[in-house]
Amino acid sequence: MESKAARLFLGAWTLMIMLFLFIPIAIIVVYAFNASNIQSWPIAGFSLRWFGETWANEAVRHALWLSVRVALFATTISVVLGSLAAFAVHYYRFPGRESIAFLVVLPIALPGIITGMALSSFFVVTGVNLSILTIVIGHATFCIVIVYNNVIARLRQLPRSLSEASMDLGGDAFYTFRRVTLPMISTSVVSGGILAFALSFDEVIVTTFTAGAQNTLPLWIFGAIRLGQKLPEVNVVVLIVMLFTLIPVLLSYRMMNKAPASAGR
Amino acid sequence: MALDKALPLGEPQQSPLRSLAIAVWRRPALGASALLAGPMGWLVLIYLAALATLFISAFWSVNDFTGEIVHSWTLDNFRQLVESSVYPHIALRTIGIAFAVTLTDIVLAFPLAYFMARIARPKLRAALFAMVLLPLWSSYLARVYAWRLILSHDGVLNWFLLELGLPRAHIGYTNWAMWIVFSYIWLPFMVMPIYAAIERIPGSFLEASQDLGGRGLRTLRKVILPLAMPGVIAGSIFTFSLTLGDYITPVLVGGPGSNFIGNVVFSNVGIANNIPFAAAFATVPLVVMAIYLFIARRLGAFEMM
Repeated sequence: MESKAARLFLGAWTLMIMLFLFIPIAIIVVYAFNASNIQSWPIAGFSLRWFGETWANEAVRHALWLSVRVALFATTISVVLGSLAAFAVHYYRFPGRESIAFLVVLPIALPGIITGMALSSFFVVTGVNLSILTIVIGHATFCIVIVYNNVIARLRQLPRSLSEASMDLGGDAFYTFRRVTLPMISTSVVSGGILAFALSFDEVIVTTFTAGAQNTLPLWIFGAIRLGQKLPEVNVVVLIVMLFTLIPVLLSYRMMNKAPASAGR
Repeated sequence: MALDKALPLGEPQQSPLRSLAIAVWRRPALGASALLAGPMGWLVLIYLAALATLFISAFWSVNDFTGEIVHSWTLDNFRQLVESSVYPHIALRTIGIAFAVTLTDIVLAFPLAYFMARIARPKLRAALFAMVLLPLWSSYLARVYAWRLILSHDGVLNWFLLELGLPRAHIGYTNWAMWIVFSYIWLPFMVMPIYAAIERIPGSFLEASQDLGGRGLRTLRKVILPLAMPGVIAGSIFTFSLTLGDYITPVLVGGPGSNFIGNVVFSNVGIANNIPFAAAFATVPLVVMAIYLFIARRLGAFEMM
């Protein structure tokens, strides 16, 4: 329907945007293998030298370990709370039901400094010292929505008749949940959890308000770039963080797209 | 389901768990409250309480000598904000760049979304979909840092310009750099809702417009744009809000004079230890977003999210 010129223009535009989106990412990959410690283009040569040096850096290993623990705890909490909220909203009608979706989304819909600042002043006023616990609380709060969205999307796809059939055949609510509902939604719970992990692993803004003196991996990167120190190591760490978030997301994407066949859509 | 694991035939089973299941079934309120207690407890007792604390502490002050928070009501923080020569400027810069980024992303995203929705074949469309979403999940810091490498004095951009025989550009560490980087980072948030809106437009509408003599651009202006508007607004909520609340990008690619609201808020929490003042300034993006969301809802943007 569109004229030939219009199609050509739109195609070219799409190509340009794709280049715009991916050239910076390609540059990150290239710089991680930079042989020199000078950050100029073109890079001096390819080398794996900085991977070894980065691993030898104790601060980086510490930060990595903290990030992994925070992400695991935050993911666990958000998987439980997000799934529970999704079940309640999907299966029950009650006053204020609409506002629950709103409340769940709020921590990521509001600008990051609002959530960070709110939690920070809350911890100061209630006298809670900043620790790994406060980082986890912050992350879990904005991860709930990721799991919630994933699980409720799957619940909406499920035919109600399946659980009704189970109940007609004598299964009570718990039995039906364990044997019928859970197997059909499990991939959505897992993929929601994976996305929550990726989100937590990469978060900076809220973390800076809740971490105190500790460094997660993104905080280490942020500090190093700001001070202009250890930039060759930053190149490597940035690539690693990217892989840490990208690979789980690809897994989760495959899961969500393969699952519906077995979930009886 | 394997037969040996199926329920036994005959009389209904009796067990405490089963009695509980029956009780919950008869009283749905019980089931709903049991499910909601955890998530709502968390979000209300921690998150809403934190937001309330933020709002209230904006009306407190800090004792200059002891550094302790004084819990008595005052509007001093807001007075200080309005009367200062610096803070209104910072607020305007933040809001201005958030608008510029939003407009830029609309312009960049619209043709792409149109191509995805109406021209690309299913396979190409799926690939483009994945390619637009992928950067979103590949580490925020990595992508900001990449632009630092691109825009710096000896970076990729200047190398490219020199190769072409052009003079160096001095974009690094300026407001221009922030504008480019924010537009880059939040672009996927704009593409998705516009795509969803354009995809919903029935092809027959466009045929009808053309049958009635609407040439390409006229159809675009009179039919497609109005119908895609809710998608554009929905996307703009993300790009606007995310830019408004950011302070990492200004630190990493902005110059010394490119503070955002977030930078002032953060330095007042971390360094100056003046939480009431930081809270007062943080209410500015909160109010701006509240107004923005109110207008967006009137324009029907929430149906696109």
